[in-house]
Amino acid sequence: MNAIAAAPEVSDTVLYLQNIHVAFDGFKALNNLSLYVTRNELRAVIGPNGAGKTTMMDVITGKTKPDQGQAFFMGNFDLKRSNEAEIANKGIGRKFQKPTVFEQHTVYENLELALSGVRGVMRALIYSLTKANRARIDEVLEIIALTEHRHQVAGSLSHGQKQWLEIGMLLMQDPELLLVDEPAAGMTDAETEATAVLLKEIAKDHSVVVVEHDMGFVHSLDCRVTVLHDGTVLAEGSMDFVQNDERVIEVYLGR
Amino acid sequence: MDVSKPVVSPLLGRIDRGGWILLGILTAVAIVVPILNLNVPASSPFHVPDFVVGLMGKYLAFALLALSVDLIWGYCGILSLGHGAFFALGGYSMGMYLMRQIGDRGVYQNPNLPDFMVFLDWKELPWYWWGFDFFPFAALMVVLAPGILAFVFGWLTFRSRVTGVYLSIITQALTFALMLAFFRNDMGFGGNNGLTDFKDILGFDLQSQTTRATLFVLSAVAVGLGYLVCRYIVTSRFGLVMMAIRDSESRARFLGYRVELYQVLIFSVSAGLAGIAGALYVPQVGIINPSEFSPANSIEIVVWVALGGRGSLYGAVLGAVLVNYAKTFLTGAFPDIWLFFLGALFVVVTIYLPKGIVGTVPTFDFRRKKSPPPEAAVEEAT
Repeated sequence: MNAIAAAPEVSDTVLYLQNIHVAFDGFKALNNLSLYVTRNELRAVIGPNGAGKTTMMDVITGKTKPDQGQAFFMGNFDLKRSNEAEIANKGIGRKFQKPTVFEQHTVYENLELALSGVRGVMRALIYSLTKANRARIDEVLEIIALTEHRHQVAGSLSHGQKQWLEIGMLLMQDPELLLVDEPAAGMTDAETEATAVLLKEIAKDHSVVVVEHDMGFVHSLDCRVTVLHDGTVLAEGSMDFVQNDERVIEVYLGR
Repeated sequence: MDVSKPVVSPLLGRIDRGGWILLGILTAVAIVVPILNLNVPASSPFHVPDFVVGLMGKYLAFALLALSVDLIWGYCGILSLGHGAFFALGGYSMGMYLMRQIGDRGVYQNPNLPDFMVFLDWKELPWYWWGFDFFPFAALMVVLAPGILAFVFGWLTFRSRVTGVYLSIITQALTFALMLAFFRNDMGFGGNNGLTDFKDILGFDLQSQTTRATLFVLSAVAVGLGYLVCRYIVTSRFGLVMMAIRDSESRARFLGYRVELYQVLIFSVSAGLAGIAGALYVPQVGIINPSEFSPANSIEIVVWVALGGRGSLYGAVLGAVLVNYAKTFLTGAFPDIWLFFLGALFVVVTIYLPKGIVGTVPTFDFRRKKSPPPEAAVEEAT
């Protein structure tokens, strides 16, 4: 009975990382890391500096190839054998720690570039936005509260607005899985709170992995938490569970 | 972007004010200069002398070359210091056709071989000269020879993610290697002397002033068309992606764009344009030799674009014409020290005009302003 009940959960796994090892010149950035993310799950990943959070993101998005281990997306799509563009087109979107938007493009153009679908060089030469595309861009502009700034160059936005624009670009890509690196960094308290609400909203129909330092923010996400330390998973569970784990307290929270 | 109506004006709506001014000037020059040259008597103060027509035609060929460099440098961040090579390859393709047109009117009066091959005691035409008797084939090679080289070169470099200063250095090496190769007599391209002594083109006498005026008009048309092609590309979604690659290559990759395909394609298109510029240049100056491959030439092209202002297209045309006019003027007025003027100009541009004339002098900056339109206008348009 139990086995049958567990079956749908297995097929619902969106991201599957198993025993991943990555070493840079002998330094073990990831050491036997395993992580599973299911469909429409919101997951927070925390850990001290150097715990391997960014390297993990790099492995998932194809920037870094693991030395050992398995990495699959949506069942059988092998992340180890694919490049960044292929992985992005398969449905993994990434928001960087430092907001990286196209600074010289307008807010509108940034979203237009992120629009899912059109990636081929020949199609790009003749493509013009459809009505549905425009409607979607307008919708995302509303969600990220940048409608008024649509014609402004992205470089002139505030730090928080850039973070939101980048999340908006992720929404335009409409990926299955969103990797969000420190979305609340450099935000005011009000902005941080709004970001948490936004991410929870997104997680209703996407899988979202959030890497974060800010404990208050992770608390407000109210989701399953994975604690990384020295390139491996130290603990996993609800925030309360993790916070009371002695090893976690020792390496991270207790300080 | 969201207010433009591409269906109504697929191309014209994409041209900015600077572009219209450029097209206007080109049209005026293409009409007025031949008339003042051919129909106004030499005694009249309005007469344009023959040599001036030739010079202006040369500037126009350089303007097209500058456009091709601005297309990749200003919009895609690819700083090619080897575009002189593509220009020269287009020029050689045209030169080979013109050599075949000489027929038996050469010094050695050999109907089958160009003079330099007779001199080298070659018995038959090398295979890579086949087909150049036929103008459409030569015209195709004008674009294909540089285009294919750029494609292969671009494929190897961009796929390995060679960019920035390393790419610039490799392009310098490319043009230098080609220069050394073309200097060799046994390459079959006339060695040191290159190709010259052209007689006619498509049956028209190259020495006749009517032919020369026609070539001038064609050059102006080519710059206009080249501008339109570039403008179309940079205002399309392709252009948006190019600029995204220029500003943040890795971000574009994580959005799912295969950056190397965009780079290879635009690099090849740009090389093809440079080839056309070379093909227009050769019949007007009457010679093509390996010095066109010299690395310094390619660097000079980049200086034209830098002076005019990169990333506007019309700025590149402005820069090419200004620098080359200055060069002509200074070599005439101060033959001994003109190189110092040129050097000083380069230094001044680098230090005081990093954005070029277009980016520095407000009167010349017609690029799309990105300030938000008034709210009412937005409401109305959407």
